[in-house]
Amino acid sequence: MWKEIVLLVRKEAVLEWRQKYAINGILLYVISAVFITYLSMGAGKGNLGVPVWNALYWIIILFSSVNAVAKSFVQEHQGRQLYYYMIASPEAIILSKTIYNTLLTLVLALLGYLVFGVVFGNPVADQPLFLLNLFLGALGFSASLTMVSAIASKTSNNGTLMAILSFPVLIPILLMAIQVSKNAIDGLDREINVDKIITLLAINAIVAVSSYILFPYLWRS
Amino acid sequence: MKAYWWKILAIVLLAYTIIAGLLIDVPRLPILNETIRALFFHVTMWFGMLLMLIVAVYYGILHLRSGDLVHDDMAVEFTNTAILFGVVGISTGMIWAKFTWGDYWTNDPKLNASAIGLLMYFAYLVLRNSLTDVYQRARISAVYSIFAFAAFIPLIFILPRLTDSLHPGNGGNPGFNAYDMDSNLRTVFYPAIIGWTLLGTWISTLRVRYRRLERKLEDKLINQ
Repeated sequence: MWKEIVLLVRKEAVLEWRQKYAINGILLYVISAVFITYLSMGAGKGNLGVPVWNALYWIIILFSSVNAVAKSFVQEHQGRQLYYYMIASPEAIILSKTIYNTLLTLVLALLGYLVFGVVFGNPVADQPLFLLNLFLGALGFSASLTMVSAIASKTSNNGTLMAILSFPVLIPILLMAIQVSKNAIDGLDREINVDKIITLLAINAIVAVSSYILFPYLWRS
Repeated sequence: MKAYWWKILAIVLLAYTIIAGLLIDVPRLPILNETIRALFFHVTMWFGMLLMLIVAVYYGILHLRSGDLVHDDMAVEFTNTAILFGVVGISTGMIWAKFTWGDYWTNDPKLNASAIGLLMYFAYLVLRNSLTDVYQRARISAVYSIFAFAAFIPLIFILPRLTDSLHPGNGGNPGFNAYDMDSNLRTVFYPAIIGWTLLGTWISTLRVRYRRLERKLEDKLINQ
């Protein structure tokens, strides 16, 4: 099982590397989104309040990860899906896709963080906590988005469906991540965040476990 | 008589809810005053909605296990009724909020959570409509409804407790905590929950029967 997952994750990475336009496109998406925000705010360094910085950052990450993960099932056409169906177990497929998408979302989030820090200034006081929270957020985003993209890929208009199906599911994760990241920016005592981080972990676990259980049923149809 | 005793029970309980709910003595609390009677018509909606969503998820699981369309009928109709209850609950809540909190929409975690929950189930309906094959539609929407429910539960139970809320049970709002204890209100509140839930079940089962008749008719037309 683990060997299968490692192989599948590597396959995803190789595929991505061969058709570079997808990953480059999504990286450029993040950068342009940040830049558009920067121009629309008309704000120089340091003029942005912390809550606004935080909210804008997470909204950009939300939209880019929805776009990045949306293709994970759509891009592979029917013949190839049938091939995977024969050689791999559905559990291995959903886990490998989730792991790969977590890495992808994390890269997006870090890149977004970097560009955001450059243009808006970096107000974060507690870096380790911020990065930990970023990782947990990326994990939750990719776990739910991978499942939703599997659902949306079965329909005809999957662009719209991807958004409307995933946003409500993502909101609890997004809200928790925004609160923790706000505290990390303000550099508050870490004690305050412990139960929020545990809640975030619990939500991630619920989403991941339910997609692990439900995916085989989706895969069969 | 055996089959429809619960429908009679529903009528009796709802009649009791409406009559007693409007006539019994209620505690006079500041700000709330008589509007506390909305308890029987607003809070009960959420209980009914949650109970029906649980039933819908149960039938969704049954459908995934058996692949039988009969279970899908139940799942979708219970979800539909739950959405109806949710919409009624949110609109009654808005009216009540206008009189007690001064605004139709306050930035309250419970309000937001319930609005998000409704968005989730509206998305469920859109998803159903975008799939054409009946079996695929049943299976995929069952998967989504279970998945959405798993995300909905932490949303309504955990998130509101982490931030302040105007609702009783969390946050500080002295005007509200008193009615938790009042036994007079309870004598109507619990029957009201059962009554509204039974009404929801009644609506759902009626629509399920309609759905099945429709399918039978279609099959007949195709096979003749």
